[in-house]
Amino acid sequence: MALPYYVSPEQMMQDKAEYARKGIAKGKSIIVLEYTDGMLLVAENPSASLNKISEIYDRIAFAGAGRYSEFENLRKAGIRYADLKGFAYDREDVTAKSLANAYSQTIGNIFSEAMKPLEVEILVVEVADGGLPNELYRIAFDGSIGDEKGFVAIGGQAEELRLHLKDKYEAGLDQKAALRLATGALEAVSNVKVKPQSLEVAVLERSRTGRKFRRLSHNDLTAILTDTEQ
Amino acid sequence: MHSFFDSMVPGSSFFDLLRQSRSDLLPQMQIQPEGLSQAEIRELKESPHGTTILALKYRDGAILAGDRQATEGYQVSSRRIEKVFKADDHSAIAIAGVAGPCIEMAKLFEVELTHYEKLEGVMLSLEGKANKLSQMIKANLPMAMQGLVVIPLFVGYDVRNGEGKIFKYDVTGGRYEETDYYATGSGGKDARSTMKKLYRAGMTEDEAIAVGLEALIDAAEEDVGTGGPDFVRGIFPTVKLAAMAGLQDVAETRIREICQAIIDRRREAERGA
Repeated sequence: MALPYYVSPEQMMQDKAEYARKGIAKGKSIIVLEYTDGMLLVAENPSASLNKISEIYDRIAFAGAGRYSEFENLRKAGIRYADLKGFAYDREDVTAKSLANAYSQTIGNIFSEAMKPLEVEILVVEVADGGLPNELYRIAFDGSIGDEKGFVAIGGQAEELRLHLKDKYEAGLDQKAALRLATGALEAVSNVKVKPQSLEVAVLERSRTGRKFRRLSHNDLTAILTDTEQ
Repeated sequence: MHSFFDSMVPGSSFFDLLRQSRSDLLPQMQIQPEGLSQAEIRELKESPHGTTILALKYRDGAILAGDRQATEGYQVSSRRIEKVFKADDHSAIAIAGVAGPCIEMAKLFEVELTHYEKLEGVMLSLEGKANKLSQMIKANLPMAMQGLVVIPLFVGYDVRNGEGKIFKYDVTGGRYEETDYYATGSGGKDARSTMKKLYRAGMTEDEAIAVGLEALIDAAEEDVGTGGPDFVRGIFPTVKLAAMAGLQDVAETRIREICQAIIDRRREAERGA
């Protein structure tokens, strides 16, 4: 009878983490910025139909980087979780914090128990009403969770984008300025001009009643971005 | 409670999701038919009822309206209950029947539509929405047999074909499309008679709202279960418009003015007679 090889738990976790990191590093990046009246989500995404950014609930949005099929499953699970909770209690009771914790638990369990870890990094963001601070949660492939202020980047070039945004980001941007900052960061990191057709952009607008999530069309983006160049 | 990341939960329907994982939250599961005595059934039948709701088409879409009164036996249980609900950006649902399950069903239907839209990234077609509602009413049949009847009217703007549409239902979930107008609830017949006389194809928005309100006022006069415009408390029927631009609420001040005009005209006629 063949005995299984012994692998130390440390070695196993390291290998899994390396595997997941490599998978995520191959993908494109996503930036989320807070601006005066809401939050802006910008993803590099040449596909018009396979979304990386999505609405989860009235005030909550989701963004996923890495392997599409995996974060798509997480996205759907998030919508089911939020809709069930909102139906059982009240729409007010669905919060980004509880959703981010649920994601963290799930992804963490898969990382420690399954053979293959998820090759994903996700963001759960909530725009707040009435002067309360917005919430931005970043959940990594191993389930570790962090909350961020102002801006956050995930995906292939997350580290470079974070460094760029750290210098350039300031509080009190309007929507247009935030979009320009995000595309500027993507261009600076990749050294390629970013076309509106290769971006997926959505906003959580505080001023909207009910569902705050809105996608910006390529025409909206072209209008804002060409405006910059004048 | 199902686990958060359960790949066994399929589909894009919130109604199916509830049925599989949280059946305790379904409106029709709260009462087991076999567990009710005759006295309980009598009591259920006397729980608050909704009353007259109506829909009619006009040039740019369709209108959905309802009165605001709920009755409990021979008593008024609420004067400002809401019977017309926004379902999504292009459609609305109005409900006649027992208030509790009706409101629950309207709420469930709204979540059903947004749930599908979020998961799939596109809205259901108007026909798809109408069919989904039909399945939900069918699932309510055991409760309807006990007297907890839920009968909705569904109105929406069909963005693909560019027209407003009206769907009526029966208690078994049967779905029928109406070409011009329809009204249901205890005062439905009276409202239909009024619309039969006043309805014309291709009315403007103003004309259609006026016809709808006229029909509701007639229903309130003939039917004890339907509430008329209440100028003392400032309670007026609810009117929603489904058109190309989306679903809109008609402002209360505008409804008040039109009701006032109708009543003034009737007072004049009374004096003249």
